[in-house]
Amino acid sequence: MSLDWYLVVSALIFSIGAAGVLTRRNPLVVLLCLELMLNAANIALIAFSRMWNNGDGQIFAIVVMVVAACEVCIGLGLVVALYRRRLPIDVDEIRELHG
Amino acid sequence: MAEVFFFIAGIGAVCGAVGVVMVRNPFYSVLALVFHLLSLAALFLLLQAQFVAAAQVVVYAGAVMVLYVFVVAYVGGADPTNLRPPVGRGQRVVAVLFGLALFIELAIAVLGSGLKAISTDGPTVGASFGTPENIGQLLLTKFLLPFEVASFLLLIAAVGAVVLARRRGGIGADEEDRVAVMDFRLPPGIGTMAEAVGGRSTREPLELGSGGGETSRARDPEGGW
Repeated sequence: MSLDWYLVVSALIFSIGAAGVLTRRNPLVVLLCLELMLNAANIALIAFSRMWNNGDGQIFAIVVMVVAACEVCIGLGLVVALYRRRLPIDVDEIRELHG
Repeated sequence: MAEVFFFIAGIGAVCGAVGVVMVRNPFYSVLALVFHLLSLAALFLLLQAQFVAAAQVVVYAGAVMVLYVFVVAYVGGADPTNLRPPVGRGQRVVAVLFGLALFIELAIAVLGSGLKAISTDGPTVGASFGTPENIGQLLLTKFLLPFEVASFLLLIAAVGAVVLARRRGGIGADEEDRVAVMDFRLPPGIGTMAEAVGGRSTREPLELGSGGGETSRARDPEGGW
């Protein structure tokens, strides 16, 4: 399968994720859409790694996975903290950062 | 044969992504993302990235998604805020147009790039390409510093999550009737000869002594933060 197909799939998933970040209100789903965008970047990285016959792109993909795990960790911590304070779990309601 | 597998996995990945965005209940969104990640692992296998595919299945589709499922179950997936109509029609149309424009731009960038090898199957790679040995050797020699920085980043994220989600004072009314050890400490004089004789009331030291001071300390109903 030629490599540009992988890049087209990557672009498609990235666009879907970007549209999801813009439309959804629940911060949990916004985080899921961010994961989609990071994974789209991962496919592109691995496809280029295959194209150059070089393993560096795969290392980069693993680092992206680490960053995604950290982002999930902090994001879910924020959602739990919002829930504990009985705030609405809705990104439109949480506009102001004053505590 | 590789084409068939590519189209199955690619269509699965795109359908999973659409499901994440479209499904109303966040719990089903998480399940759609798990499906999407498994399809992506198949795509990684087709690109000879065996170790990354295995890490994707074990770490991402396994551990991280379990964390998501726990939080969705804790927060309540079927929250009434989800049943509100999502953002207005105008914003949705703008978002879809933005996504479409982004896709077209990326497709033009991919297909119009000057890279010759992009429309080939890629060079033939050795059998050791993408194996755990290869990745481990790269991680511990050429990319040692990024590896250590990534581990430090994970540590910071873990500490941050603990700080964010820890229990603070004044959280809710249900915390108020939690039993403390100090509640059971008997006031001085109970069970002694002085009580039997009647020289000392049992109620009086309860208010005067340890009862008032320790148990109701620092229970600020307004919340600490």
